[in-house]
Amino acid sequence: MKHLLEMRNLSIDLFRGKKLPPVKLVEGVDIDIDKKQNFGVVGESGCGKSITCSTLMGLLSFPLSVGEGSSLRFLREDGTESELTSLSRAEMRKIRGKEISMIFQEPMTALDPMYTIEDQINETLRFHTDMTRAQMHEAALEMLRKVKIPRAAEILKDYPHHLSGGMLQRVMIAIALINNPRLLIADEPTTALDVTIQAQILDLMNDLRESYDTSVIMITHDLGVIAETCEEVAVFYAGQVIEQASVDAIFHEAAHPYTAGLLRSVTSLGGAQKTLYAIRGTVPTAGNFSAGCRFAERCEYCQERCRKEAPPLAVIAPGHTCRCWLHPAQKEGTA
Amino acid sequence: MRNYILRRLLQLIPVLLGISIAIFAVLRLIPGGFASGMLGIDATPELIAQVNARYGLDQPVVTQYLKWMGGVLRGDFGQSFRSGAEILPEILTRFKVTAELTILAAVVSWIIALPLGMLAAVKRNTMVDRVVRVVALLGVSVPGFALSILIILILSLTLNYYPPLNYVSFFEDPLKNLEMMLLPSLILGTSMAGSVMRMTRSSVLEVLRQDFIKTVRAKGASERVAIFKHALRNALIPIVTLIGMQMGSLLGGAVVVEQIFSLPGLGQMTLTGINNRDFPVVQGCVLFIAFVYVLVNLVVDLLYAYIDPRISYD
Repeated sequence: MKHLLEMRNLSIDLFRGKKLPPVKLVEGVDIDIDKKQNFGVVGESGCGKSITCSTLMGLLSFPLSVGEGSSLRFLREDGTESELTSLSRAEMRKIRGKEISMIFQEPMTALDPMYTIEDQINETLRFHTDMTRAQMHEAALEMLRKVKIPRAAEILKDYPHHLSGGMLQRVMIAIALINNPRLLIADEPTTALDVTIQAQILDLMNDLRESYDTSVIMITHDLGVIAETCEEVAVFYAGQVIEQASVDAIFHEAAHPYTAGLLRSVTSLGGAQKTLYAIRGTVPTAGNFSAGCRFAERCEYCQERCRKEAPPLAVIAPGHTCRCWLHPAQKEGTA
Repeated sequence: MRNYILRRLLQLIPVLLGISIAIFAVLRLIPGGFASGMLGIDATPELIAQVNARYGLDQPVVTQYLKWMGGVLRGDFGQSFRSGAEILPEILTRFKVTAELTILAAVVSWIIALPLGMLAAVKRNTMVDRVVRVVALLGVSVPGFALSILIILILSLTLNYYPPLNYVSFFEDPLKNLEMMLLPSLILGTSMAGSVMRMTRSSVLEVLRQDFIKTVRAKGASERVAIFKHALRNALIPIVTLIGMQMGSLLGGAVVVEQIFSLPGLGQMTLTGINNRDFPVVQGCVLFIAFVYVLVNLVVDLLYAYIDPRISYD
């Protein structure tokens, strides 16, 4: 297996009762993550990007479940391959926090208010290693220094409510990286932070990535974050990947009207624009997708065919795929 | 911390003062005084006046109150009109019975309620959850006296077992004492368990939805660690509050259950006092019960700080 992670035909079902068929919240996602790759996932709220990543952690809970025919192949530390969708709960626990870890959106609520920072860092070590208390203390101290927390020894004894959001996010990063994971999932790690802190956290993540051999999946709705941190991007819309390419290609040769719309909605300082651009309409809710292209209702270029037939994800250039009938490559029916 | 406790204890003074005035007034406002109660309906006005004079009930209410309060402040709760016995020593003796009953009942309720409440939260909307919720509802809604009578009936008719009637203290004969306490504490415990179970379920459920539980799982924690170490501790504050209130009111005496199982507790003493219009007994009991209630609340508040590091009284 040449990739670290291969998602194939990943779908996520929402259970609606025994008599109704499940709603597919996410459908047909094929993504490969390479070793040491920084992969961005962009999309609006509710497009399925976060639950896709919860699936990687095996953290979907009722009424959500992984759909039939989905495959998630993961290259383990010991060189073997595991199919994450069929691992036992105990096996999955060994991967969580050790080989795949995660950082969440809200650092203020992501830590247990009842335990000290040290307790919460140690926990991650205790689940996966046989370190003694003293060794754990040393490891935690070193890790806090790596995430550039001043007065690390004192902070270890503090409770989460003593720290600011930016500090807590650093602690979360420390917890996520302390077992040297192969894959780090960052679910909107900067969304809840002040702009100045956002930049610091992104810088920190960029620095740490250099020293750890960790691949990162960066989930965000902020194209600026993607531009700053990622090499490859998948754009999600209504539970599907509608375009995937290198960061350069997405920013300069966006092929899908939705991606183009997203890029146009980014404002820049000193720009000449007078009004903010917005894509008209709203995202259709899961279960109410049309038979055709899911973006058709909001698309400026919508044609007859778009409403009737769903476009496949087609390769439009090397390493660049797009789900749109308008693209010339689509006619050859590659996909 | 010490300052906080001191401040709270100082706040006790106006509370107890208010309660003492209220109970003193209420006793004298209800129809039927001590004398007519003792002498029966045939008593002549002269006889009643005589009795009233003997117990000082003919003096102005304010004078009566000040006299009584003066005694209380010196630790003298006065004597029972009926028996002439000193009141404070009796309250203390009876409080031991009530306290034992309360503690046993509370332990019973925790053993039932905490595991079942957590189980219902973890397995929400399954059969297990539904069963637990129905049981909890039953526990809340079946009154203690109905349950006591039902259990005594069943035991006596089918097993020919009668709970012992003569109270012995734990230090005289522990086994006999526990045998006496068994049924009443089970009954009180199950009725307390209903609401604790519901509180545990909803509180744990709320915590399980919070972000940090997802973090804990993402670290590779087992469900056991996620639930017992993290969810339960975070859910504990409302549960402890409820338990505190329950224990506070039980320490004032479980009137009905004490009566049915003939336990010489505080509730029985208060009830007899009210029936006899034995003013000093009722006043003493109510004052003592209020004092205990406020103390239990103080203990609960101190427990908050122990459970949750965000709460501090310094």
